[in-house]
Amino acid sequence: MADALIVGRVPLIAGNKVSADVTRDVLSALDTKPSALWWGGLALSMSALGLGTLAIVYQISTGIGTWGLNRTVGWAFDITNFVFWIGIGHAGTLISAILFLLRQRWRTSVNRAAEAMTLFAVMCAGLFPLIHMGRPWMFFWMLPYPNDRGSLWVNFRSPLVWDFFAISTYFTISAVFWYVGLIPDLATVRDREPGTMRSKIFGFLSLGWTGSFRTWHRYEVVYLILAALGTPLVLSVHTIVSTDFATGVVPGWHTTIFPPYFVAGAIFSGMAMVLTLMLVARKTMRLEDYITPQHIDAMCSLVILTSGLVGLAYGTEFFIAFYSASPYEQFAFYNRALGPLAWGYWIMVACNVIIPQLFWFTGVRRNLVVVFVISLLINVGMWFERFIIIVASLQREYLPSAWSDYAPTLIEITTFIGTLGLFFTLFLLFCRFVPVIAIAEVKGVLRPAHGGHAAHDSHSGYSDAVTPEAPRS
Amino acid sequence: MSQRVLVSIFEREGDVLQATKAARNAGLPIVDVFCPYVVHGMDRAMGLPHSRLPWVTFVLGLTGALSMSIFQYWASAVDWPINVGGKPWHSWPAFAPVIFEVTVLLGGVGTVLAFLVWAGLKPGAQSPVSDLRVTDDRFALVLGQGSGFNRSAAESLLQKFHPVFIEERDIDPGQQVTR
Repeated sequence: MADALIVGRVPLIAGNKVSADVTRDVLSALDTKPSALWWGGLALSMSALGLGTLAIVYQISTGIGTWGLNRTVGWAFDITNFVFWIGIGHAGTLISAILFLLRQRWRTSVNRAAEAMTLFAVMCAGLFPLIHMGRPWMFFWMLPYPNDRGSLWVNFRSPLVWDFFAISTYFTISAVFWYVGLIPDLATVRDREPGTMRSKIFGFLSLGWTGSFRTWHRYEVVYLILAALGTPLVLSVHTIVSTDFATGVVPGWHTTIFPPYFVAGAIFSGMAMVLTLMLVARKTMRLEDYITPQHIDAMCSLVILTSGLVGLAYGTEFFIAFYSASPYEQFAFYNRALGPLAWGYWIMVACNVIIPQLFWFTGVRRNLVVVFVISLLINVGMWFERFIIIVASLQREYLPSAWSDYAPTLIEITTFIGTLGLFFTLFLLFCRFVPVIAIAEVKGVLRPAHGGHAAHDSHSGYSDAVTPEAPRS
Repeated sequence: MSQRVLVSIFEREGDVLQATKAARNAGLPIVDVFCPYVVHGMDRAMGLPHSRLPWVTFVLGLTGALSMSIFQYWASAVDWPINVGGKPWHSWPAFAPVIFEVTVLLGGVGTVLAFLVWAGLKPGAQSPVSDLRVTDDRFALVLGQGSGFNRSAAESLLQKFHPVFIEERDIDPGQQVTR
């Protein structure tokens, strides 16, 4: 009876799994020895991280004069990387919070990893403003704490102060959301092999989770509240990041389109990074039954949507520059498309607007190698978007006598490589030590009437329990 | 003084859901149900009331919003007014982003802390039923044994729903299972 209701629909999780299979499959990654690929990836990431650490130590002890900035181009590589990383984080919150509110059940397979990606990306992002301060040990000056200089309070009218509050709130709430989601799975690890060291550590971290439905009942409410808070939060964070630019009077920055434009771009770049990571994870962690072509397909659809939004924003910017009749605004966009950084602008348009249109074709969405390549290209394109917005606008501002050019120094490039190393090191360690798929959530989306206990179906008291559940998959 | 309970173990969510409904209709006291994931409809089957957690979020969120509104006004317009770009001392639209962020921060973190306290979750706490695979693939219905409890009647009721086994246990009232 239940099967009749879901005829024609592909199950979210392939392979006719039961709950015990999910526990075993997801946790097997914690038991098996990591592959050579994992070790190779970790060695590469940690080398990049080490290199980046050296660069950071050098530039902090020497000063940020080691960067390629000049009087005209006062923001460049550093802020580009900040916006790049914070944007990547936003897809994790989209998947964990917004898709939860929209009841998109396919999210259960990817939300744990996507939220972890958010945390790691925000860590990388936070490094850049911290280094940019020049004296990072004075970071607490961003906090409005009582001090012996007056008290001199922070300027609450400054977007940079908003940014400080937004990023720290975003990181805290993302970390809490991730941990709350992790608690039931930590208890599953705890109960699997009682007595082992891992069981004790996970037992401590699982806070004594019992699986009590009274707790589950409240847990669902907490999860819903966090999703409802996280949704406007993620919009506010990138809105505030965009006001860092939009409140400046620089042509090309001073536009009201910036908040939605930045939010769409953030989710776009983040979806690309989720695709990159998920395609690697499903292959190396043998999670093909959990992250199915159906999941990849859904994420590709989101990429088409956000690519369209980003493309629309690019077009709107040009139209408004033309329509504004402001020669400075018009020149800023002429300079973007045909100026000294035109090559970067056209990489951005190609990677963000033209290439993602291939996802309209089912054959492309189902070819995972092509999807992987396109996701990498989008990552590149979105990095260039931020670089073009920042540098191309600053280098040709109002006064031609102040025009300048910019090229990153080795130190800046190495710092960026270092954050890539940090990101992938943390992600690889996460894949190895934490259940990479939300076990309890995936169990909830398994088809309730699967084989193994079919004899029960004919008994009284069972069939009407299944009926209301069946359409869920 | 420990409490005597009847623990019945099921392998399918439909069985435990129906057993819980039947037990509640028969007037048996349901101490708790343990499941590896959220079984939909179980809150109605157990007759659980709505959670009061949204009130915690509301009150803490409001606290965050009000305190940040007042603090930003006081710091920018009263304690040390500084002219920034000719804006009014109390340029409240510019204070909105920080008010929002602190609202979310207090509301979100506070809700989770309230949840942990109410659910009795804390580092190092022990689970009284962790040996029953209820965090893997099984479901446990725990019935209280008050005065006038007829074990054989309860067991024959539960047997209809294919329990794997039924056993009696003593549970310390201090443990979570009684909450």
